[in-house]
Amino acid sequence: MQQVIRICKKELKDYFISPIAYIVISIFLLVTGWFFFTTFFYYNQADLRNFLGLLPITFSFLIPAVTMRLFSEEMNVGSYELLLTLPVTFKDILLGKFLAGVLFVAAALVPTLAYPICIAFMGQLDWGPVAGGYLGALLLGAAFVAVGLFSSSLTRNQIIAFIVGMAICFSLTLIDKMLFFFPSSLLGVIGYLGADFHFQNIAKGIVDSRDILYFLSIVFIGLYGTHLVMQEKS
Amino acid sequence: MIHVENLTKYYNDFCAVDGISVDIHKGEVLGLLGPNGAGKTTTLRMLTGYFMPTSGTIRVKDYLLDENLLEIKKLMGYLPESAPLYHNMLVYDYLDYVAGIRGMDKNQRISRIRQLVDLCGLDEIMHRSIHELSKGLNQRVGLAHAMMTDPEILILDEPTSGLDPNQIVEIRNIIRKIGKEKTVILSTHILSEVEATCDRVVIINKGKIVADDIMENLKQSVGQKYFIHLDLLNADFQDVHDQLSRIEGVKAIEKTQDAQNDDLSIRLECESTVDLRETIYQTIKQTSWILIEFHQETKTLETVFRELTKED
Repeated sequence: MQQVIRICKKELKDYFISPIAYIVISIFLLVTGWFFFTTFFYYNQADLRNFLGLLPITFSFLIPAVTMRLFSEEMNVGSYELLLTLPVTFKDILLGKFLAGVLFVAAALVPTLAYPICIAFMGQLDWGPVAGGYLGALLLGAAFVAVGLFSSSLTRNQIIAFIVGMAICFSLTLIDKMLFFFPSSLLGVIGYLGADFHFQNIAKGIVDSRDILYFLSIVFIGLYGTHLVMQEKS
Repeated sequence: MIHVENLTKYYNDFCAVDGISVDIHKGEVLGLLGPNGAGKTTTLRMLTGYFMPTSGTIRVKDYLLDENLLEIKKLMGYLPESAPLYHNMLVYDYLDYVAGIRGMDKNQRISRIRQLVDLCGLDEIMHRSIHELSKGLNQRVGLAHAMMTDPEILILDEPTSGLDPNQIVEIRNIIRKIGKEKTVILSTHILSEVEATCDRVVIINKGKIVADDIMENLKQSVGQKYFIHLDLLNADFQDVHDQLSRIEGVKAIEKTQDAQNDDLSIRLECESTVDLRETIYQTIKQTSWILIEFHQETKTLETVFRELTKED
């Protein structure tokens, strides 16, 4: 466990001593802030629905950009060899990197807490959906980080890792909007696969174990896939 | 200390390492020698647990590699070829990170890093970013990384590649110093390096061990002949050829190409059973030739290496 924390710390430090963290977080805040506040006063409702509604799409872009380097860069530079021959197991490395990604997402979400606080001054804000929204955002973030890690393990090229990760995250987000392409017998299953569907459930303030289980399954599948890919490489 | 049995590694259809068995004892400096693509790096990577062997067993002390990998990793310090360190970290941060992962507490870390700074000559660069370092400095940081916990086994993959001659001498001195107490395995294709640092040499070619012996034995083992070089003034090749070929034990005489000016350079091939130097000198003394150079070509590792790994 200590090794996991050490690796996680190192990865987080890497993010925050380089410009990546600041660029990604600024873009995230700009995009979400713009889309949220341009329509906020028009709707005249004290909730975060616009902000949360857009989150899966922004995350599909941003998270693969954050996670693309985690394995690709190490394999490209060769430092992965050094890391793996230190007294750590692959599980330590994987969990450390995953945790660093999740904490990064959390760090990007912290400044957005300003929105509900502002809104609470302006009107009657229901804190239930807000809490649900942030819990959902973290779960969604964790799922996408796992997907991003997996795509990063596939290639030494960070750009390819980014594009593959983004493609998977986008498909997960949009699949339940594309149901008319599928035969009606499959609708239930495929609708259930959509990340957006589960996220919006939680964001309404309804914390259902099915939705939580969905995100945890994506995390597990992503991490296990990464494990298999890296195992294959040695 | 390390017991390797029947180690084999396939990359898809390509066999990189083919049934290597070797025993490495405590306190030995072992040189792993071979031409490019012979399987040196692959062998070392399997020893460190980075690659899983296709078949075969590796036992370090009492630990089996596939069962107690973590324990084995704790005993080993490894420097991969060209020391691929994290580019964006400072040297100090990097060493501190490695010390942390190796389980050293704060006080231990500081004193150990200080020792390594002295040993590897890092005091000027501790607060520089790793990507700014030259190849040689990078290599030294890599060496410090490998020696962090003063490991019992040190594995170095081409430790002196890309260094300048002064640094090479320094690194070799460090290796020899460590080699007195620790087990060191180093791979290289530079023969003088092995001669300068190793007690024992394993030569591999195309994934197989072709020689495994201590240095002296290896030099004697190959070939039945030795060469004597002569540089003569005031001599005619035909004449020299006639006179010297009469000596018993001389198998062949040839003119070497690098002759300068008027002198005549020749090479005598002699049977290794007798020492002909005295007879040759006596023969030359009776003529009017002027002898300006006379030396015996000692059998270097290079000749051994070439004979063992040549294509045929």
